[in-house]
Amino acid sequence: MATPTATSPRPPLWRDVRALRVAFQVAVLAAVVALVAYLYDNLRANDVEFDFDFLDQQAGFRIAYTDMKPSDTVLDAILTGLRNTITVALIGIVLTLVLGTLLGIARLSGNWLVRRAAGAYVETLRNVPPLLVIIFVNSAALATLPPIQEANEVGGVLVLSVSEFGIVSLRDGGDGGLYAALLVAGLAAAVLLGAWRGRVEERTGVPARRWAWGGGVFVAVAVGGYVALSSPVVLSHPEVVGLSIEGGVTMGLPFVAVLVGLVLYTSSHVAEIVRGSILAVPKGQTEAAGAIGLSPGQRLRHVVLPQAFRIATPPIINQFLNLTKNTSLGVAIAFAELMGVTNTVIGNGHPAIPSILVAMGLYLVLSLAISLVSNLVHHRLRLVER
Amino acid sequence: MTIPTSDVLAEPLAPVPEPEPPVRGLSPPQWVRANLASTPLNAALTATIGAVVAWAVYRLGRWVFVTADWAIVRVNLRLFMVGRFPADELWRLWVAGYVLVSTVGLAAGALSVTVRQPLVPEGDGVAGGPGVAGGTDDASVPVGLVRRSVAVVHRFWPLLLAVVVVLGFTRTPLPALGTVGLVVVGTAAWQLGARLPARLRRWTWLAVVAGVVAALQVIIAGEGGVGWDDWGGLHLAIAATLAGIALAFPLGLLLALGRRSSLPAMRVVSIGYIEAFRAVPLVTLLFLGSFMIGFLFPTTVEPPSLLVRAVIAITLFEAAYIAEIVRGGLQAVPRGQIEAAQAVGLPPTKVMRLVVLPQALRAVIPAMVGQFISLFKDTSLLFIVGFFELLRISEAVTLQDAFRGQGLRPVALAFVGLIYWAGCSTMSRESQRLERRLGVGER
Repeated sequence: MATPTATSPRPPLWRDVRALRVAFQVAVLAAVVALVAYLYDNLRANDVEFDFDFLDQQAGFRIAYTDMKPSDTVLDAILTGLRNTITVALIGIVLTLVLGTLLGIARLSGNWLVRRAAGAYVETLRNVPPLLVIIFVNSAALATLPPIQEANEVGGVLVLSVSEFGIVSLRDGGDGGLYAALLVAGLAAAVLLGAWRGRVEERTGVPARRWAWGGGVFVAVAVGGYVALSSPVVLSHPEVVGLSIEGGVTMGLPFVAVLVGLVLYTSSHVAEIVRGSILAVPKGQTEAAGAIGLSPGQRLRHVVLPQAFRIATPPIINQFLNLTKNTSLGVAIAFAELMGVTNTVIGNGHPAIPSILVAMGLYLVLSLAISLVSNLVHHRLRLVER
Repeated sequence: MTIPTSDVLAEPLAPVPEPEPPVRGLSPPQWVRANLASTPLNAALTATIGAVVAWAVYRLGRWVFVTADWAIVRVNLRLFMVGRFPADELWRLWVAGYVLVSTVGLAAGALSVTVRQPLVPEGDGVAGGPGVAGGTDDASVPVGLVRRSVAVVHRFWPLLLAVVVVLGFTRTPLPALGTVGLVVVGTAAWQLGARLPARLRRWTWLAVVAGVVAALQVIIAGEGGVGWDDWGGLHLAIAATLAGIALAFPLGLLLALGRRSSLPAMRVVSIGYIEAFRAVPLVTLLFLGSFMIGFLFPTTVEPPSLLVRAVIAITLFEAAYIAEIVRGGLQAVPRGQIEAAQAVGLPPTKVMRLVVLPQALRAVIPAMVGQFISLFKDTSLLFIVGFFELLRISEAVTLQDAFRGQGLRPVALAFVGLIYWAGCSTMSRESQRLERRLGVGER
């Protein structure tokens, strides 16, 4: 870039790069502002109000499987929807990570059948719309389940019916809160102990069994606490009572459909990322690990996977973001997530545009939160690098 | 207590296993040993997975060939393909299809030569080899022809499968003849495009623009023409995808350039737009579009139709993603290219137009195909804002008198799934091929 030196004569204003740069930016900004102002004027001319008072009005509807009452405000309803969105997203992310990783490794298996089966799964699920998967799960696969009167009860652990699912859960047996606090303390102690053993291992070069130490302490605390407090938590088994399921954790069919559909769809993408990342680890690494006598399993666990996951982390987090955004597809099968609740709010006669803007704002916050986590992880992985 | 040593060092070093030789050329028992039962654990795995797979394949096969009643698809095939397009006007779609296939084929053939050759300007001589990449050289020899057909089937089998299934549901041979004609015309146009002289090749995009305009006119104009608000089915999905990509690409390009700009105001505007639109789901934008876009126009103007609003929402959404893809391509252009272009005295616009963009866009072709696939899948979201698209049709047909209450939703959904799957997996396989051929990621 030719900047005029002190001796050169200043070019005229219309050819001065610095002036042109400023002028161009001012022009662009002015155009953007003018466009926004024009659109806003049109909105006002069309009597569109940006009035958010409706958020404090009564919602007038109930959301299944939550404490939402019709007398609660619209804002409460939307936040309940947000909570459902986050619940599906969190459970979905965990299941997707597990399933996707297994499938990704299976695609590289030495076993022909495993490789091909995983490949068929990935190539099928990856190439259909997630909405189709969700609708298929909702109205084709799960619709074949028996009605609640004849629900499948699997050993008191699981109850499956066409209207709702029940899963066994833990229930407070008296000292549940205290026990939970004890477990947290035990976990903290285990982590500290594990970190200390890890440092010992690094200093001496001798295996210090940090997993055994940390895990042992945690198990000791868990078992000791359970015995000392005399069963502070008890199992709560789901049972069909009348036309609903009592005990355990119950969830509606739409929730299960969205969760299962998104996990099936997203795990196929995660599997591809995992496979690509494992292949991206230089072959010399595996060969070097073999050369110092590591078994195939050890090679995978100590050499290949740690490097592969460093490559895989950013795109996998991106898939988590996609999964979170795709929970909005629940609106198609009447699942009360953020967009579904917003749709109901609009259907009840509340102003549409502000409602959607509120929902978009919440999605924006959710996405930015995930991006933040992603950046932190990325930063940490960078630090570990040479 | 002895000093603990690592288990690895405690034993004498075992010989490192030789890398497995390629499995080709093994006898069947050897192959089974190597690929299915190399260890007892592996054999157990094979048995377990094999049982599950066999059960699944059996159930699926039984369902497809025995249990499922495909009459619902056969009767409603036209609905799935083109929605409520009148049967008497279907010729319009065929003509439009022929126009599009010939012009796009021409341009694609020309592009295939450009992409494969170095970006150095060449003489006006007739350019290189045949465009269709079947892998073999001489199509004149019958053996070559067989090999080529096998290669084409291997390459496009998902699409071919879907086409065969769809044509299998038709009652007259006309659609099959029409489809074969489409393929023949497309291939001929491709070959012609690949053989065009270089100075004509540069202008094939004009043919595409003319083709699109002509095709639209054929469908819409005149007595009995069908406006796009009445489109549906697969036709709508394809139209929305093409419109979305075509409109979003220029906007995305501008946003990418803005994000890479040295001018802070441009950067802020571009980054704000890109990040905001990437952070929200498309569903919310479609909702917002259907409620709000009508009010963004002056009161004197008639508000745009539902489909136009949806396409605007899709375009704004896609532009943010395309911008990020193009940005990746721009970053991949070595700095030396820009500096060299500046050194020979090109002004900034020409540096961008003649040096940076051609390389950047070439590098992102596979990623753009990926985005195209995801947009094609996203057209299913039009279901949510009330369009008569594939998923809605799969629901509507199960409510017809003849098919109500017979649990035929899985059948209809499976057919829709096959259509989406065939389109997406064909494109994704092509994109992987292209990626290998362009050597993207190897540089």
